[in-house]
Amino acid sequence: MRILPFFVIIPLGTAFLISLFGKRIKNFADLLANLGTLSLLVFSLYSISKVFTHKILVYIVGGWIPPIGICMVLDGLSSFMLVTVNLVSFLVALYSISYMQRYTDKPKFYTLFMLMLAGMNGIIVTGDLFNLFVFLEIASIASYALVAFGTEAEELEASFKYAVMGSVASSFVLLGIALLYSYTSTLNMADISLTLSNKSNGMIVNFITVLFLAGFGLKAALVPFHAWLPDAHPSAPASISAMLSGVFIKTLGIYALCRILFNILGLSHQIFFILIILGIISMIVGALLAIAQADIKRMFAYSSISQVGYIIFALGIGTPLAILGGLFHLFNHAIFKSLLFLDSGSIEYSTNTRDLKRLGGLNARLPITGVTSLFGSMSISGIPPLAGFWSKLIIIIAAIQAGYFGTATVAILVSIITLAYYLKFLGFAFFGKLNETWFKIKEVPWTMRLSMIVLAVICVVSGLLIMPLFKPFLQSAVNVLLLGKGYKEAVFAALR
Amino acid sequence: MSEYILCLVLFCIGLYCVLRKRNIIKIVIGLGIIEYAVNLFFVLIGYRMHGRAPILAKDQVISNMVDPLPQALVLTSIVIGLAVTALIVAIAIRIYEKYGTFDITKIRRLKG
Repeated sequence: MRILPFFVIIPLGTAFLISLFGKRIKNFADLLANLGTLSLLVFSLYSISKVFTHKILVYIVGGWIPPIGICMVLDGLSSFMLVTVNLVSFLVALYSISYMQRYTDKPKFYTLFMLMLAGMNGIIVTGDLFNLFVFLEIASIASYALVAFGTEAEELEASFKYAVMGSVASSFVLLGIALLYSYTSTLNMADISLTLSNKSNGMIVNFITVLFLAGFGLKAALVPFHAWLPDAHPSAPASISAMLSGVFIKTLGIYALCRILFNILGLSHQIFFILIILGIISMIVGALLAIAQADIKRMFAYSSISQVGYIIFALGIGTPLAILGGLFHLFNHAIFKSLLFLDSGSIEYSTNTRDLKRLGGLNARLPITGVTSLFGSMSISGIPPLAGFWSKLIIIIAAIQAGYFGTATVAILVSIITLAYYLKFLGFAFFGKLNETWFKIKEVPWTMRLSMIVLAVICVVSGLLIMPLFKPFLQSAVNVLLLGKGYKEAVFAALR
Repeated sequence: MSEYILCLVLFCIGLYCVLRKRNIIKIVIGLGIIEYAVNLFFVLIGYRMHGRAPILAKDQVISNMVDPLPQALVLTSIVIGLAVTALIVAIAIRIYEKYGTFDITKIRRLKG
């Protein structure tokens, strides 16, 4: 259990070291950032084995006993999210070694990147509600600065919009935490759950749930709150777009929402229904708006909104199979969406444009990028036997089993629309005749190629996660959510 | 009870400012008002009737102190608000250098 604080210490430590020494020693920033993310990945994989033996691990920060002190909790859902986040960040850090040469200040980039990673890891491992808010803000502020990293006019505009909307959302979350503290007089997650089950749930718990849905829903880019995402994701550098779309919206939005709604506040029929409605609307709006885009990264941003709609829809159905499908789709989407954004980054690195109308036939000059984009697009559209097919299949089967026939049909139709716009992307960008302007471009450097190839390989093999050999990885995460308010008993048992 | 309602009214005033004002600096000020409202609400939650400052001395009894925990949390929250304000003002200054105006209806190059 002593490895838990390392998930926050390692990125924070590397961030400060890089900011101090990054400019003076050559290549120090690259080396330290990649070593840091690699060690985090090793720790996350180790944490899976720890969770199999003891179901839940609690680390008490500073020796102050909870509920007065802060505790860090590692259970199935936390280790699942830790592996997702750290795997994607290691590959993105590897990619950024070459990609960020085009931007001016690499050490500052790595500092902000490791701070964002520290925030995300902190959100996943913490067991205290205000600590969650502090890490949420650390990650958010780092991401506002990272979206504006190129400091062109459009990037600043997108970052300003994102910062204002993100701050309003964080204020909603803080208001919810204040109200929850006033009702239960404690901030520890397990203790809040205990107090709420002793008192009867008044109207205030419904108000708090709505505040959290609004606040975390904006971070997750659910549909009424999605307006920042299509501007922020294209404007960021490609590595940051991959991080934002791949892991950031899932950690800050979906994971925090799940932890609070499933384990602390408890769910009722109305909240499940709201989650299904938000999921369906996100799916439809994201897909329909994605078809009309001409900019590659804007199309991917709308596609992210649509896929997050799938995840929330699956979580809203609430049956064990649906939650399994939702979490599996979360892992898959982290992998293939970051792969697609890294591909768009390599197209931009080679050709300096992102406009689909000007690209054409790049497969002849950029073969690795073409093949990995093909795998990523086929996986996200749900073509068997790639990973996306299995997760979408599980979600749709779970929807039909629960009786939601209409919404399952909508999910299938949205999947067909997803295939349509990804085929449009592949057709315009890679296949067809090579445009004369692109005769002289070369393939991207080896660090970028390595990250994309590894992600494409994971895209293909992660379909195996459903097989009985690897299913415990997902199943332990699902069991935590199904445990619901039993989370508090598990934490208190582990504390003794 | 009325002070909590007034805090929420202050929050709504800040929210109106963020939504309806056209000048970027006014939007930043509105964001500041929202943060003040939430912090004030959080501190007021800690109030106990006839409570006094939560300082532990030898002969004092604990039961009539106000709650010190919200005060500590609000300190953290004020610092977070400071960081966000500093970042947003820096972005706003750079926007003025690039676009030449503070009017958000003219800063609309990203659409669709």
